[in-house]
Amino acid sequence: MAELKVNFHVTRYNPEKDPKPYIQTYSVAVNDGMTVLDGLHWIKENLDPTLVWRYSCRMGICGSCGMLINGTPTLACNTQILHLSQTDITVGPLPNFEIIRDLVPDLLSMFEKHAAVHPNIIRPEAELTDRTGEFYQSPEELEAYLQFTYCIKCGCCMGACPTLATDVRYLGPMPLTALQRYNADSRDEGFKVRAQVASADGGAFRCHYAGECSRVCPKGVDPGKAIQLLKRKLVLDYLHLANRKKPCPKLEGPGHGKLLPNMTAPPRTIPE
Amino acid sequence: MSNGTKYWTWHMAAGVVLLILLGLHMIIMHMGGTLHLFSPTGPDAVSIANSQWRDSKICFTITYILLLGVGLYHGLYGLRTILLELTLKPAVEKAVTLLLTLTGLALFVLGSWAAWAAHTIAGGRA
Amino acid sequence: MAAITRHNNRLGVWGWLGGGRWGIERYAYILHRLTGLGILLYLLMHTVVTSLRVRNIYLWTEGGFFHQPIFRLGEFCVVAAFAFHAFNGIRLVLVELGFAVGKPIEPIYPYKTSVGVQRPLLIAVMVLALLFLLVGAYNFLGLAR
Repeated sequence: MAELKVNFHVTRYNPEKDPKPYIQTYSVAVNDGMTVLDGLHWIKENLDPTLVWRYSCRMGICGSCGMLINGTPTLACNTQILHLSQTDITVGPLPNFEIIRDLVPDLLSMFEKHAAVHPNIIRPEAELTDRTGEFYQSPEELEAYLQFTYCIKCGCCMGACPTLATDVRYLGPMPLTALQRYNADSRDEGFKVRAQVASADGGAFRCHYAGECSRVCPKGVDPGKAIQLLKRKLVLDYLHLANRKKPCPKLEGPGHGKLLPNMTAPPRTIPE
Repeated sequence: MSNGTKYWTWHMAAGVVLLILLGLHMIIMHMGGTLHLFSPTGPDAVSIANSQWRDSKICFTITYILLLGVGLYHGLYGLRTILLELTLKPAVEKAVTLLLTLTGLALFVLGSWAAWAAHTIAGGRA
Repeated sequence: MAAITRHNNRLGVWGWLGGGRWGIERYAYILHRLTGLGILLYLLMHTVVTSLRVRNIYLWTEGGFFHQPIFRLGEFCVVAAFAFHAFNGIRLVLVELGFAVGKPIEPIYPYKTSVGVQRPLLIAVMVLALLFLLVGAYNFLGLAR
């Protein structure tokens, strides 16, 4: 295929010099198969070495290159230029975050909110530190939260969320999904602690299901679904209708728990 | 547990009640020409005669008061949600909550009194 | 090093309407807000105006202040707003209580999300809202008499 020239309209901002962000246009030579991230590299190598963005793995795993591409928050490494346009593409930093420089948003506010939802298994300390057995979890119990574990914390959902466009306190789709991921985990006992965070002013009820987070998520995590399931649990718990299951027990050792017939535990590799 | 879940649950419940009561209200008031519901004195559902006929029925008076209370809660809580999503100062948020609560209570008292008084007047005539 | 002031990239109220390429649930969300505010404004006025009937003042009947065409049209707008808000509200109750978003699934590309799960419901309630509105319009235009 012949080489195409595509105009990249890139948001530039240097807080030490510029009073506010402005758009700079670069003409990029595009080949078949080039991603938006490749286009940015081409600009840096051939046109403007001062352009700044953040990336790491360039294959949709690390979640560093979340950007507003043609008005949609998505990963630059996951987006083919020619799937979007043959002529013009706009590239901006993720909205709803402060801009550090050019295309680099400050994701710290998101990570602080993530830390605030207790994103870890909450069990009595003795049970967690006692290494004599594993927690028993069935495949069905795993499926109840597995989808929400695929989140890579890229912040695309935060950039798409309409509530976050004005509300500084709202936790946002990513932290609330993390919250639901642990709430739905059968090994966890922390519902009461997290319910405090989730029903507070910045919690789950600031979500009104505009559906944007689910639409833009580059990993199919579906934060919208997680938040609605979280609300359902909060409301049922308030009305005393929630199905109060005990967290899953610990296996007492090899052979305990539900094993398939004719199945034995493999021999231990570590001497007792 | 924080109060967020409580208020939001009742906001939803109020919405469901409104769906039924306000739905009936809309059908009676705006579809009178087609359906002729509860308008014995003519197709104009909001004529004085029809209004007074409904006021004379105690079930309408009770429904009016219930509809007013539920509607004010659902509406004003919804407005508060929208305003609080604008990231206001804590003092302003408190003032908004107070103002909306007072507005709601004042209108509820006014409307309930009026519904009851109208029932008494219309009942006296009927 | 001098203190650096960063640009706050929050989209503001304009971000509610949409700062990019958004889906129809986004517009259902903003319309739900606008219609809710409209109905609330009407409710506040309606309470006061109808309370005046105790003093034998009927502003909405023939010759009354609110019988003017502009207010009649306004009332029809309230019916329209109610039609949208109520039927969209049915969807929101079902979605937000987790009945219409589906169960967690394995994310396999191309991803299927809860937005797609509740989309038929959105279309169904919008059709019902339109039907309600049509009956309202039939009466409003005086065709029923």
